[in-house]
Amino acid sequence: MTYGKGLPALAALTTLTLTAALALVFFFAPLDADQGFVQKIFYLHVPMGIVALAGFVAGGVFAVAHLRTRDARHDLRSYVAIHLSLILAVGVLITGSIWARASWGAWWVWDEPMLVVFLIIFLLYACYQPLRFSIEDRDRQARAASVFAITAGAFTPLCFGAVRFAQEAYIHPRTFDSTGVGMPPGMFVTFLVAFVGMTLLFVTLWKYEMAAKHTTFRLRALRRALGGEEDLAPVRRSAAPQSL
Amino acid sequence: MRRAIAALLRKDLLVELRTKEAVPAMALFAISTFVVFHFGLDRDTVEGDVAAGVLWVTMLFAAVLGINRLFVAEAEQGGFDGFLLAPVERTALLVAKALALLVFLAIVQLVAVPAFAILLLGPDVFQALPALLVVLVLADVGIAVIGTLVSALGIRTRARDLIVPILLLPLLIPVVLAAAQATAPLFAQAGAGPLPGRWLAILAIYDVVFGLIAYAVFDFLLED
Amino acid sequence: MPSPAPAVALRGLGRRYGERPVLHDVTLRLERGSTMVVFGPNGAGKTTLLRVLAGLLRPHEGDVEVLGAQLPDEGWRVRGRVGLLTHDPLLYRELSPRENLRFHARLHGREAARIEATLDAVGLAARADDPVAELSRGLVQRAAVARAILHEPELLLLDEPLANLDPAATARLQPVIGRESGRTRVVTSHDPAGGLADADVALGLRGGRVALLARAEELSAARVAELYA
Repeated sequence: MTYGKGLPALAALTTLTLTAALALVFFFAPLDADQGFVQKIFYLHVPMGIVALAGFVAGGVFAVAHLRTRDARHDLRSYVAIHLSLILAVGVLITGSIWARASWGAWWVWDEPMLVVFLIIFLLYACYQPLRFSIEDRDRQARAASVFAITAGAFTPLCFGAVRFAQEAYIHPRTFDSTGVGMPPGMFVTFLVAFVGMTLLFVTLWKYEMAAKHTTFRLRALRRALGGEEDLAPVRRSAAPQSL
Repeated sequence: MRRAIAALLRKDLLVELRTKEAVPAMALFAISTFVVFHFGLDRDTVEGDVAAGVLWVTMLFAAVLGINRLFVAEAEQGGFDGFLLAPVERTALLVAKALALLVFLAIVQLVAVPAFAILLLGPDVFQALPALLVVLVLADVGIAVIGTLVSALGIRTRARDLIVPILLLPLLIPVVLAAAQATAPLFAQAGAGPLPGRWLAILAIYDVVFGLIAYAVFDFLLED
Repeated sequence: MPSPAPAVALRGLGRRYGERPVLHDVTLRLERGSTMVVFGPNGAGKTTLLRVLAGLLRPHEGDVEVLGAQLPDEGWRVRGRVGLLTHDPLLYRELSPRENLRFHARLHGREAARIEATLDAVGLAARADDPVAELSRGLVQRAAVARAILHEPELLLLDEPLANLDPAATARLQPVIGRESGRTRVVTSHDPAGGLADADVALGLRGGRVALLARAEELSAARVAELYA
């Protein structure tokens, strides 16, 4: 499978959408009445959070496919999705912390379920790479990683439920509530564009890493075919899948 | 299936009876932790949510010790191979190990909860005992299920001692949270309040969800 | 009821460790009631082959048929019908041989009466209640043999069963797991002459590939020794 196909066009589209989103954020979206300029971090923070969570869930779905089919490609897909989501999750925690400082006066607020759950989930997924790294056998590593991805995927909604339960009063601004969109249309349009941009960015990066990994694997296979086992440097221990 | 679970459980309890490796260490660790909390908090007695927190954090850490060792005999003394060669379902090992862990936790708590009541707890524990028992059972089942899964996940890694705790703590946060919230009113200074039902519901949901997940994925951890 | 299917039939068996092939294109056939001896230097894939046949390792390539069951898909059909004896005795050190056998008898759904008979057969009855950790190497191996044959396996997989054993232990175990036991066996060995005398078919592995496959009586010890050169 060629993950490089259509990648330039996708990358261009991503750049375009993200540029448009930035333009909308700074020149179009109305200034928030209470929070002022700092509220604009919302257009980065919320899309990043949603995409990171979706990426974790996607990792779990690929993991199910991997265990069902034993196809190592699904493990690679799962790995890349979780690995990228982990990077986004760091961004979510940092932007969330900045936002909390600006609007609530503290870098960290415990009575704020979203932020707390995100921290717990981040701490859990941060074990993904160490877990993989500590298992040498490739097949076993892939299976353990998939078991982890499925367990952690189910943990995410459960943890949200439990922590939400624990806090009687929510101070976290909820983007959407049951009555519909709780923000002015200008903000909503900007948010949507930013969200699409973030999603595209994730897909682009995912495809890019998949293409890069595939190229590396194929290069190695060609080297082996040409020069035999002796010419190849042995595969070093690694958290990432090293072959298919 | 029931035959295999019984055989595995008997074997595990017999080995623990011989070696006395896990349970005494867990109990001792729990009591030491209460002493540490006494000095760390600089309090002679605790009550309410602090008491609940101290109790459940201690239970969690004591459980980690046992969970770390749960599959060691299987990995180091060929137990996995011997089990996999036998004509029994793989799930029997999950159930037997979770039951063994449950028994270990129950014995530890039989020692640790009275020790907690004597050493640290301000309010009287007796009237709260039946309600506390319900919370203990629900939380222990969750710890046993996730503990067995994580132990099996960590056993064939190079860094079992590190991987198991760092995986276990985030995964068990909902259990500690719900158990502590449910226990807090029982330890109220003014006398035990009613048991908050919704926290029990959270614990029960956790037990069921992870029980099913462990059932679905455990087999894959035994394969080679 | 004798089944027409051979005990073992392999076609193009391959197994990798990571990307390194441990077994490659192994094709052979073993009839019921006969013995195959497997020679080869360390790392040639002997132990891996036994673990694949036991259903403990999934084959990555090829068709593997053991006792009429296709591996790995029908692995459940092989379980309980194969006896495996490896370097690891698969015994709990803190438990006695009798307790270990009781555990395995329960797992395999066998009656307790088999335990005493098996302990007698390997000559372990006198020390059957001492923890395995306190037994000598020879006695541990006897207990391991008892464990491997307790459930009356149809196929016995032996990884150097008599290595480093004193003559007394060898004499005791030979009738139980040797050729005269009449069992269907796959035995690994580093002893060309002894191994050939004990087998019907000889397999030589080198670098995971079949380097030698012939009837045992047609082979000389010198030919086998070439494998190790």
